[in-house]
Amino acid sequence: MTHSPGKPVIRARSLNKYYGDFHALKDVSLDVGEGERLVICGPSGSGKSTLIRCFNALEFHQSGTLSVGGIEVHEDSREIIRLRQEVGMVFQQFNLFPHLTVLENLTIGPTKVLKVPQAEAEAAARLYLGRVHIPDQADKYPHQLSGGQQQRVAIARSLCMKSRVILFDEPTSALDPEMINEVLDVMVELADTGMTMVVVTHEMGFARKVADRVVFMAEGEILEIDTPESFFRNPKTARGRDFLDKILQH
Amino acid sequence: MTRIKRLHWGDWLILAGIAGVCVFLVLRVQGTLEYKWRWGDIPRYILAYDASTHAWFANMLLQGLLMTLRISIFASVLALILGIVLGLGRTARSLAVRLLARTYLELLRNVPPVVIIFIFYFFLSAPLIDALRIDFWARAIARSDHAAVWTFFFGDMRRFSQLVSGTIVLALFESAFVGEIVRAGIESVGRGQREAANSIGMTHFQSMRFIILPQAMRKIMPPMANQFIMLIKDSSIVSLISVQELTFKTLELVSSTRMIFEGWLTAAAFYFVISFSFSRYFARKERKFRLSP
Ligand SMILES: Nc1ncnc2c1ncn2[C@@H]1O[C@H](COP(=O)(O)OP(=O)(O)O)[C@@H](O)[C@H]1O
Ligand SMILES: [Mg+2]
Repeated sequence: MTHSPGKPVIRARSLNKYYGDFHALKDVSLDVGEGERLVICGPSGSGKSTLIRCFNALEFHQSGTLSVGGIEVHEDSREIIRLRQEVGMVFQQFNLFPHLTVLENLTIGPTKVLKVPQAEAEAAARLYLGRVHIPDQADKYPHQLSGGQQQRVAIARSLCMKSRVILFDEPTSALDPEMINEVLDVMVELADTGMTMVVVTHEMGFARKVADRVVFMAEGEILEIDTPESFFRNPKTARGRDFLDKILQH
Repeated sequence: MTRIKRLHWGDWLILAGIAGVCVFLVLRVQGTLEYKWRWGDIPRYILAYDASTHAWFANMLLQGLLMTLRISIFASVLALILGIVLGLGRTARSLAVRLLARTYLELLRNVPPVVIIFIFYFFLSAPLIDALRIDFWARAIARSDHAAVWTFFFGDMRRFSQLVSGTIVLALFESAFVGEIVRAGIESVGRGQREAANSIGMTHFQSMRFIILPQAMRKIMPPMANQFIMLIKDSSIVSLISVQELTFKTLELVSSTRMIFEGWLTAAAFYFVISFSFSRYFARKERKFRLSP
């Protein structure tokens, strides 16, 4: 299912990022096109989270250039708030707001940040709850839901913000195995709507099904960018082969 | 460890011993100091009857108690506001703000309360009261028609500036501790919450207001209740700047009537009853709070 990406929404050039002396991103360059579905994989500690956290300014790179949705990302930018409104993020640990109901979790961003009227925000929230197949849980609190349901609420939260791009940081890694598919199914449906998605995941079935390209990272570097078929059948680097051997053993 | 819920002979022995020591102390006071107990006089220093107006009125001790309660309540509200500002300052992004908040805290922690109270009084509250001419308009209110309403909330309006002083000084003093409670509450909210708030485009202020502080409140409530009780007890210190609260009034009573033991024991009983009732009340609230989701 290849698909030719439109003009880049995310454009990274020679990004370098350090945590103290530790070189977490090394000369990373990458374009993500409008409507593209990009999967990022690689061993733990290879800088995948760091990279996508740079994309919505939760972290900042120290050298190189990064533009997201036409906004230059750097620490002193006055447009970071606007940038984050355009880029949604789904976290490994869901990070729902525990003191708010599911419905409030979905409406607080639109009403407080985008100043959408309450009624309109609630209608949209219910629509998106339907879209992630939990229309009946609106009045519950996050702790009353299963992990899979919580993660789907988190996806709906990003949708409610009308984000142009949604970043996923290992969205199924914290889930019990029987809940992984309900979340992946929602993500596949989301991909079918044409949403631009950058997904850090080791779910190779998902990558094969929806990814336009797969990025393989190790030790802060991008080692391969390829179509899923090509990468999974025939990785070009020894590290890539190694990595696939390890995850496919299971 | 199981705790025994009945008194055994050993316990009785301990209690009897303590009772013995108490009796000995009382007899000693009476004997060697030739002290005459006048417990019968104490009630009329609480409530007294004015024969000329045929009305009961609050006498020294009750006046003092009411002043203590008023100051405690007003100072708590002010300390809460200042403490939240301070707690936000302690967790601010700007280094200058953090340093300022930290300096304030460390000054309060490392200088004796009595000294701090005088400094706040002479450098802050006294000039402020002068500058705002609080004395002037408080006296005007005392003479006006709706003096009764004001008196209900603030006590004798002729002593309003004292109430203001006491409130400000006590609130400034307690704000440092409230600030630490608020800071701990804010820091107890996980990093993920802040990041989730950021990722939906909230400003620092919005994420504090809608996400972090409401969750921090849960952690803040129990120590805050405790701090309120501390504040009631600490309020006795403003007697040093002549605020006529319970301790000040007791001192006055003791020096004019020489009822040293009765006066101080009564004051102690007043403080104990207030603090202990609040503490039981908060404990019950907290248990209910913890059971709710
Ligand atoms: N806040 C941080 N401070 C210091 N080191 C960090 C921080 N965040 C990540 N790192 C380090 O950067 C490297 C890349 O981390 P991360 O991007 O989380 O990897 P991945 O998501 O691929 O597992 C790891 O070695 C990690 O220890
Ligand atoms: Mg990661």
